[in-house]
Amino acid sequence: MELILAILIGLLYSAGIYMMLRRSMVKLLIGLILLGNGANMLIFLLGRITKGKPPVIPEDSAFFTEIYADPIPQALILTAIVISFGLQAFAITLLKQVYKVIDSDDLDDLNTTDDDI
Amino acid sequence: MIVAVLSGFIVAILLIFFGKYFRGKASVAFSALPLALFVYFLSMVPVVSSGNTLSSGLRWIPSLNVHLNFFADGLSLLFALLITGIGFLVFLYASNYLKGHIYIDRFFGYLSMFMGSMLGLVLSDNVLTLFIFWELTSISSFFLIGFDNDNEESRKNSLLALAITGGGGFFLLAGFILLGYVGGTLSIQEMLQLSEVIKGHQLYPWILAFVVAGAFTKSAQFPFHFWLPGAMKAPTPVSAYLHSATMVKAGIYLLARFTPVLGSHYYWNTTLLIIGAITMLYAAFHAIIRTDLKSILAYSTVSALGMLTFLIGLGTKEALIAASVFILVHALYKAALFLTAGVIDHETGIRDVTKLAGLRKVLLPVAIGGTLAALSNAGIPFTFGFLGKDLIYEATLAFEDFGIWFTAAAVITNIFLLYAGFIAGIKPFTGKLPVAYKDVHLPSAALWLPALLLGVAGLFFGVFPAVIDKSIIQPVVLAIHGSAVDIPLKIWHGFNKVLLLSIITITAGFFLFYFINPSNRYVKFIGKIDFLSPQQILSNGAYKIQHFSTWYTKTLQNGYLRLYVMVIVFFLMALLAYKLFTGVYIYIDSSQFHELTLYEVMVTGIMFIAILITVLTSSRLTAVASMGVVGYCLCLLFVFYSAPDLAMTQFTIDTLTVVLFVLVLFKLPPFISFANTAVKIRDAVIALSFGSLISIIALEVLNETVEKETSIFYGENSYALAKGKNIVNVILVDFRGMDTLVEIIVLTIAAIGVFSLLKFKISANENDHV
Repeated sequence: MELILAILIGLLYSAGIYMMLRRSMVKLLIGLILLGNGANMLIFLLGRITKGKPPVIPEDSAFFTEIYADPIPQALILTAIVISFGLQAFAITLLKQVYKVIDSDDLDDLNTTDDDI
Repeated sequence: MIVAVLSGFIVAILLIFFGKYFRGKASVAFSALPLALFVYFLSMVPVVSSGNTLSSGLRWIPSLNVHLNFFADGLSLLFALLITGIGFLVFLYASNYLKGHIYIDRFFGYLSMFMGSMLGLVLSDNVLTLFIFWELTSISSFFLIGFDNDNEESRKNSLLALAITGGGGFFLLAGFILLGYVGGTLSIQEMLQLSEVIKGHQLYPWILAFVVAGAFTKSAQFPFHFWLPGAMKAPTPVSAYLHSATMVKAGIYLLARFTPVLGSHYYWNTTLLIIGAITMLYAAFHAIIRTDLKSILAYSTVSALGMLTFLIGLGTKEALIAASVFILVHALYKAALFLTAGVIDHETGIRDVTKLAGLRKVLLPVAIGGTLAALSNAGIPFTFGFLGKDLIYEATLAFEDFGIWFTAAAVITNIFLLYAGFIAGIKPFTGKLPVAYKDVHLPSAALWLPALLLGVAGLFFGVFPAVIDKSIIQPVVLAIHGSAVDIPLKIWHGFNKVLLLSIITITAGFFLFYFINPSNRYVKFIGKIDFLSPQQILSNGAYKIQHFSTWYTKTLQNGYLRLYVMVIVFFLMALLAYKLFTGVYIYIDSSQFHELTLYEVMVTGIMFIAILITVLTSSRLTAVASMGVVGYCLCLLFVFYSAPDLAMTQFTIDTLTVVLFVLVLFKLPPFISFANTAVKIRDAVIALSFGSLISIIALEVLNETVEKETSIFYGENSYALAKGKNIVNVILVDFRGMDTLVEIIVLTIAAIGVFSLLKFKISANENDHV
């Protein structure tokens, strides 16, 4: 399974980079999100995957009695997901405003600071 | 001594606040500072002349071994006296020369700062503080040369001077750091004991090259000499002070100071001899063909500096004596000549020697000062210059191997210098007074007195050398040569080769002066072969570099985001791939892997397809939807692999993102295909290779054993310490609670940003008017 996951991560990265290399702003944003997903997956996989053993201490016990999934990558990824949402929300709104002003989805229309955009 | 060094800086700082009160006649008051310092340093003469050194210190940055330690031996004291003595005259002169200038307070601020840096330079014991003061002189001279900042030439030349001397300063720093490394100390006085260690070290050639590069740029040695004639755009008091007596001598000071440490080595002597000789001949030749008063003086200064380098390069006892005397001789007459030229320029507005004549009738005291200086420069008997010249010839004659050639070079240089000095100091005052100058009248004493005093001093020391030989010169030689020498300076040496050479020099110089009139013809001729001069070569090189960097910046920083991304990815890929394929043995250990189950395969299969659709579709809505599918699949994977919290978060966030995307970007046009197939293939190759690299890295990491120490800590303590059973939650809200708080703040900021963006109404039309 790990092999497939590693390939999946590679694909997510590839797709993210490929989309970021496009001229369209929307594609850039989608690429960013895919790349973010890939990064989360990577962290998750490198913390080693464990099936069916969530890091929650059983009701009737004060400590773990058997093996459990690593909680640290999970805490990290949780933070990352939430933060990236902040970024995405901001970027999406920004994109909308840019589109309203310059009436284009083309990044190359943005690389000048001249007034006559 | 610390106070003496820092007083210049203190005055400069005070002037920022109180400068406006000193713009009028009160500016004369500044000359009290150098005068007081001069008297202070004069009071040290008895102690130093008996062979002692004075020192005082302050621990500044003990951790770096940088201390404000100052010491005065003969060499330092000679320079300190020159800096403050000539400084006093120049301050006095400048208060009148720049009378009524609106920024005269600034001028004195720069000048005081310069004087302070210069004193710090010659009195420092620590090489790093020496370096700091060295750079401060460059910086303050930059302001002084560019004082007429509305003149383009001034700005250009001050920049040039800063570039050359400042650039040389970096070499000096490198040299000092190496010296400190080799010697194990940053104190000059301690280095004096380590001469053999340093000279025997394999880094010695580097130290030599760096230190000498610093000295040569500062002292305008060939091929870095050209900044000095350019620096003549400065107001004349600055030229007299910085570019004849003090700053340009800093390089000479450095060479003299390090003679006992680095000198008496084949490399040292050869370098200094060759460069010094080239400089003195080259500049002397230039000096005689110029017609601008200050240019003549500038080139003759360069030539004299070359002579000093040459003498230090000879390194014999006689040569060092000659150098010590010549430093003083040159400072006295050259400053006087500059001050004379300044008065002429100030009163007539003309600096072209072909047009100046007969000014003795209107500017008599100036004429006397100029003539005395020119005579001292010429080395006429009974002037101080005569003593200086005799000592130089003695030194070159005493040299065994190439003594004849060195003497010839010195004689030729001296003949040319004599001519140049006469043109600058005597020619403007002789002959018939042109009608145009009838109205010229003698300015106030502050302008003509300094030049006269310096001229008279040259004569006085020439007639009564006993006044200074024991008290000033001898300690200097002691400091440079390292052993005490007895040198009674005598006017009369008897009939010998030296006298003969003096007579030849003077006669030839007189002939030259009598028969050749300065003319613009030669200047024009030189202008034609200007492309060969070091200045042209250097500035062309600078332009080329500028063009290159413009091209380079435009290519790399071209404003296309995708190219930036590409460069970053490429670089990262190259680094990672290099490391991976050189240092890591790649293999896949599948024994630890989990087995495949049907639902896992299905979910990942859907993900593969969704990713491909996201990338390849031409519809925005499809792309966003399949991106959402990728997110949900990820969510399922989290469920499979025991991460319920992640699954919940991912589910919520992914939904929100898709909704936001669809709602906000509803109105956008469909994707337009900007790129052609070739570009797409190129990007795809880049992206896929990057992705593969990440996959390989992930698999390689999986081969390693994992450290679970921190996880075990959380597992054992989350209930015991934090009374929570969901460890992920406990980590987020308890163990790393502060991080989560900050995360919330970040989200709040993002929310504020989104809110204000939505509120912010800007239309295409409005934007046109901005």
